[in-house]
Amino acid sequence: MSESTRQLVENLNALAAGLFLLASFGIVAMRQARGCLMLFILQSLLLAASAALLGLRFDSGHLFGVALVNLITKPIVVPWLLRKVAPAGLYTRREVDQVLNIPTTLLIALALSIGAYFLGVPLANAVGPEYRGPNVSIGIAGLLLGAFTLTVRREALPLLIGLLAMENGAFLAGILLAHDLSMLVELAIATDGLIIVFIVGVLVRAVAKQVGTTAVGDLASLKEGGGHAVPGAGR
Amino acid sequence: MNVVWILVPPLVAALLVGIRTPRTWVPAITVASCLIVLAFAGRIAWVVAAGGSVTDRLGPAWANWVAVDGLSALILLLIALVATTAAIYSIGYLAHEELVPVKLRLYHANYNLFVFSMLAIPLIAEPTLVWIVVELTTLASALLVSFGNTREALEAAWKYVILSLMGAGFALFGFLVLFAAMHATGGGSYTWAGLAAAAPRMPPLLMQTAFLLVLIGLGTKVGLVPMHTWLPDAHSQAPSPVCALLSGIETTSILYVILRFFPIMQSVPGAHAETWAVVLGLISVGTAAFLLLQVHDYKRLFAFSTVEHMGVMLTAVGLGASAHYGAMQQIVSHAVTKSFCFFAAGAVLLSTGTREIAAVRGLIGRAPAAGAALVLGGLGITGAPPLAIFLSEFTILKAGLATGQYVATGLLAIFIVIAFFGVMVHVNRMVFGAPDSDQPGTAPGGGAASSRLPFSCALALVLGAVPVVVLGVYIPAPLHALMQHAAAALAR
Repeated sequence: MSESTRQLVENLNALAAGLFLLASFGIVAMRQARGCLMLFILQSLLLAASAALLGLRFDSGHLFGVALVNLITKPIVVPWLLRKVAPAGLYTRREVDQVLNIPTTLLIALALSIGAYFLGVPLANAVGPEYRGPNVSIGIAGLLLGAFTLTVRREALPLLIGLLAMENGAFLAGILLAHDLSMLVELAIATDGLIIVFIVGVLVRAVAKQVGTTAVGDLASLKEGGGHAVPGAGR
Repeated sequence: MNVVWILVPPLVAALLVGIRTPRTWVPAITVASCLIVLAFAGRIAWVVAAGGSVTDRLGPAWANWVAVDGLSALILLLIALVATTAAIYSIGYLAHEELVPVKLRLYHANYNLFVFSMLAIPLIAEPTLVWIVVELTTLASALLVSFGNTREALEAAWKYVILSLMGAGFALFGFLVLFAAMHATGGGSYTWAGLAAAAPRMPPLLMQTAFLLVLIGLGTKVGLVPMHTWLPDAHSQAPSPVCALLSGIETTSILYVILRFFPIMQSVPGAHAETWAVVLGLISVGTAAFLLLQVHDYKRLFAFSTVEHMGVMLTAVGLGASAHYGAMQQIVSHAVTKSFCFFAAGAVLLSTGTREIAAVRGLIGRAPAAGAALVLGGLGITGAPPLAIFLSEFTILKAGLATGQYVATGLLAIFIVIAFFGVMVHVNRMVFGAPDSDQPGTAPGGGAASSRLPFSCALALVLGAVPVVVLGVYIPAPLHALMQHAAAALAR
C-alpha cells in the first residue's frame, strides 16, 4: 500500500469513527423510537466501514470478516427479529415526558465524550506504537453514551438500542485493540447480540400485554419500604 | 474422559422438553439430566481433588479453549449439586401451579439452558468466550425470572436484563483490553493460564483498566453494592427453585470469573486488586446488613443476604492467601445453604400464599415443616454455629486476624453480626410470632394455600438440609483437598 493510499484509508477511518460518535449522540437524544433504530443501523454500518478500512490498513482478512458479520446481523437481522417478536406499537412510540431535557442530555453526553478521550488516548498508547486512529477514544465514548442512554430513556426500543450501542462502542475500540480475536469469538458475540434482541423483544411483548405499556422504564413497584408484595404473585 | 461432555446432557434435555415428549416426562427429563451432570461433576471433582488432571486426554486443539483446575472443578460440582436439588424441588413446586403445557416446557427448556450456560463458565478457559456464556446465563434466566408473568415479575426481569447486560457491555470492553494487553506481549495463548504466565510482561495500565472494567461490569451481575439494585427484585420474583439457582450458585459462578483475575493481577505492579476486593466487598456486606433490617418480603430477605455473602467472599479473597481457603469454604457453604433457604421460602409460600413477612405469623403451628425449614435456613445463612456458614466465616475471620488486618476483619465481623439479627428478627416473628386475629386462612388470588408440602419439595428440603448441617461439623477429606486446590488457584 502506497503512502498516499494509506493516508486516505486512515482519514476515511477517522471520518467513519467521527460519524459513529455523531450517531451515538443521536441515539441518546432522539425521541422517536423508529429514529433511534435508524441511527443504530447507521452506527452499525459505520462500525462495519471502520472495520473494513482497518482491514485494508492492516491487510487483515479477519477484520473484513468482522465487517461482514456486522453488516449482516445489525442492519438486517436485528430489525427483522424485532418485527417478529416485539409488539407492533414499538416503533411508533415517542417519549413525551423526558427524564432530562435534550440540551442537558447533550451536554452530559459531551462531557462523557471528553472524558472518553482522556481515557482512550493513554490506553491506545499503552498498546503499542502502531497506527491507532481515533477508534479507542470514540469506542469508549460510544460505550459510555450507550450506558447513558440506558439511564435516561424509558421506552423499550431506545433502551434495547442503548444496550446494542454499548456493544458497538466496545467493538469499535475492539477492532483496533484486539484485531486478531478469533473468528469463533466474533461470531459468538454477534449471535449473542441477536439473542439479546430476541429475549428483550419477548419480555417487552409480555410487558405490553400484561401492563399495557412499552415504557418499561416506568415500572417501579419493587422497592424497599413502600413496596408491597402481591399475595401469591411471582412464585 | 473429555470434560466437555458434561455440557451435553442439559442441551439434550432442553431439546427433549422442547419437542413433543409426553408432558409428564418433562420434569423427569430435567432431573435425569441434572443427575447425569452431577455424576460427571462428582467424577471431575474426585479426580482433581486427588491431584489428577481431567484435561490431559484432550487434544491440543482443545487446550486453548478448555481447562479445569481445582477452582473450576469446585464450581462445577456446586452448580451440578444445586441444579439437581432445585430440579427435584421444581417438580412439586410447579405441579402446584397447574400450568399450561407450553409454560411447563418453557420453564424446563430455559432451566436446562441456564444450567448449560452456568456449567460452561468454569469449563471454558478463553476469557471472551467466558464473557459470552456469562451473557447466556442472563438471557437463559431472564424468562425464568419473568415466569410468574405478573407486573412485578416482569419488572424484575426487565431490570435484571438491562442492568446485567449494561454491566456486560463494560465487561466486554474490559476483556477486549485484556486481549490487547496479551497481544502487546507478543502473543501466547489467550487463556486464564496463559494470561497468568504473561502478566509480568503486560502493560500495567491496560491490565488495571481491564480488571476494573470487569470488576464493575461483572460485579453488577454478582450483585456488588452499588450495582446490586436489580438483585433483590430478580432473586425474589423468580419461582423459588430458580431463586435457589440464581442466588445459590449463579452469582458465585460469575464471581468465579472475577476471581480468575487475582492470580493475574498479582504480577502487575501497583494494581492493588486485593484492596479493591476488600473495599468493594466490605461496602457490599455493610450495605446489605443494614438493608436486611427493613425488608417486607421474606424472599427479598434471602436475596439481600446473597449480596452480603458475595461481599464476604470478595473480602475474604482480598484478605490474602491465608483467607483463600475460607473463601472457598464460604462458596461451598453459601451454595448449599442459600439454595436450602429458597427451598424453605418456597415451602412457606406454598403453605401461606403470601410473600409478606408481616402476613406470616405462627408458622410453626400452621405448617411445621416449612417453619422448621425456615428456622434452619435462617440460622444457617446467618452463620449460627454449628452450621456450615459459621465454620467458613469463622475460618475467614481467623485468617484475617492472624495476618493482622484488624480493621477489615473487625468491620466484617460487625456486619456479619448485624446481618444475623437482621435475618433472625424477621424469621423469628414469622415462625414463632403470635398469629394475628384477622389473618386470612388462604391467600386471595394466588393458589390455594395448603399445609401439605408436595413430596418432591420435601425430598429436596431434606437433601438440601444434609450438607447445611454436616459441613458445619465435618468436612470430608476429598472436599477438603478440592477446596485446597481451589484456594491454590487464586495464587500465582
